[in-house]
Amino acid sequence: MAHTVPVGQKWWSGGRSPFNVEYGKLMMWYFLMSDAFTFGAFLISYGTIRFSSSSWPNPNEVFRSFPVIGEMSVPLAFVSLMTFILIMSSVTMVMAVGAGQAQDKKAVIKWMFLTILGGLAFLGCQAWEWTHLHSEGAWWGRNPFMNIDGTQSSTNFTNFFFTITGFHGFHVFSGVIINIIMLIKTWRGDFERTGHYLMIEKAGLYWHFVDLVWVFVFTCFYLL
Amino acid sequence: MNEHMSSASPSSADFGKDKSSFDTKAIWRTFWILLGITVFELIIAIIYYETHFFPKHILNGVFVIMTLAKAFFIVAEFMHLGHEIKNLVMTIAIPACLFIWFLIAFMWDGSSYHELRMRYDKYQYEQSKTKVKPVEHKEEGKKQGVE
Repeated sequence: MAHTVPVGQKWWSGGRSPFNVEYGKLMMWYFLMSDAFTFGAFLISYGTIRFSSSSWPNPNEVFRSFPVIGEMSVPLAFVSLMTFILIMSSVTMVMAVGAGQAQDKKAVIKWMFLTILGGLAFLGCQAWEWTHLHSEGAWWGRNPFMNIDGTQSSTNFTNFFFTITGFHGFHVFSGVIINIIMLIKTWRGDFERTGHYLMIEKAGLYWHFVDLVWVFVFTCFYLL
Repeated sequence: MNEHMSSASPSSADFGKDKSSFDTKAIWRTFWILLGITVFELIIAIIYYETHFFPKHILNGVFVIMTLAKAFFIVAEFMHLGHEIKNLVMTIAIPACLFIWFLIAFMWDGSSYHELRMRYDKYQYEQSKTKVKPVEHKEEGKKQGVE
């Protein structure tokens, strides 16, 4: 677990970094902190509305489609695939960070490339899901799914679903752009020249955060 | 500035060359844990959907605990926070505790709205008791030629 500061070591008297991380990385942590509260506010408002409703659509009924197989009902299968893709791309991102620490430029390029592919695959899946739901008549302000107890549902379900997964998807999109920039910089040898791959670590923190948020979105919309 | 200070002063190059802290095995272990938890969540979600074997609120409790476990592994291992200095961990962990208040206060509010609606809003109350005919939303998609 976490290191403790050795007794007698003067961490706060100047001359060393008290947190033992680079400034940019520390600031990335605090940015992610604020972003976590933004997502938290979204998800908690969703929770409040859901608690105030007498019933809600059943996610197993809404999310039961899969590309290519047509009408067959496979509850939650597609979203599991999306989750797997995102966890996998988080692993390749950690590998890129590890390769950066070992100053291995070729390996960094390989792992960053795989991470970008994972991000694009996730975005592709989300695009398919949105298109499919839209073709069933779901959109902001339109909800074709009835509540689990057979009563009339409100549009709260679709409004929150599209807003929150959309906000998350936008984070994935910007993460992919950041990763592409990092890949180009690695390929051009920018980090080799500065002597460290800390930018990869910062991009990595952002990317893992996107994965972290997905864990909560997955639970709130597809499981609960 | 004496000599000692300038040599000890951190620059970016001092960080990020720490080979010893990178553990590929630990990363894969974390991956398998995350995957395992997710698969388990799906299995119990589908068992519930098919059989309604256990009460939904207990199931929800299980989902929330597993989600927090997954969040812990992502933050501690993938984001490496578990291996940072304790002071740094605390500047992240303590503000995150605000979520405890945030959740309790707002969920409480939500269920209070619900109670008030059911008691004083006749329209909402009747809507919550009236069944509607299921909509065939699959057909609409076919007519438009979108699948």
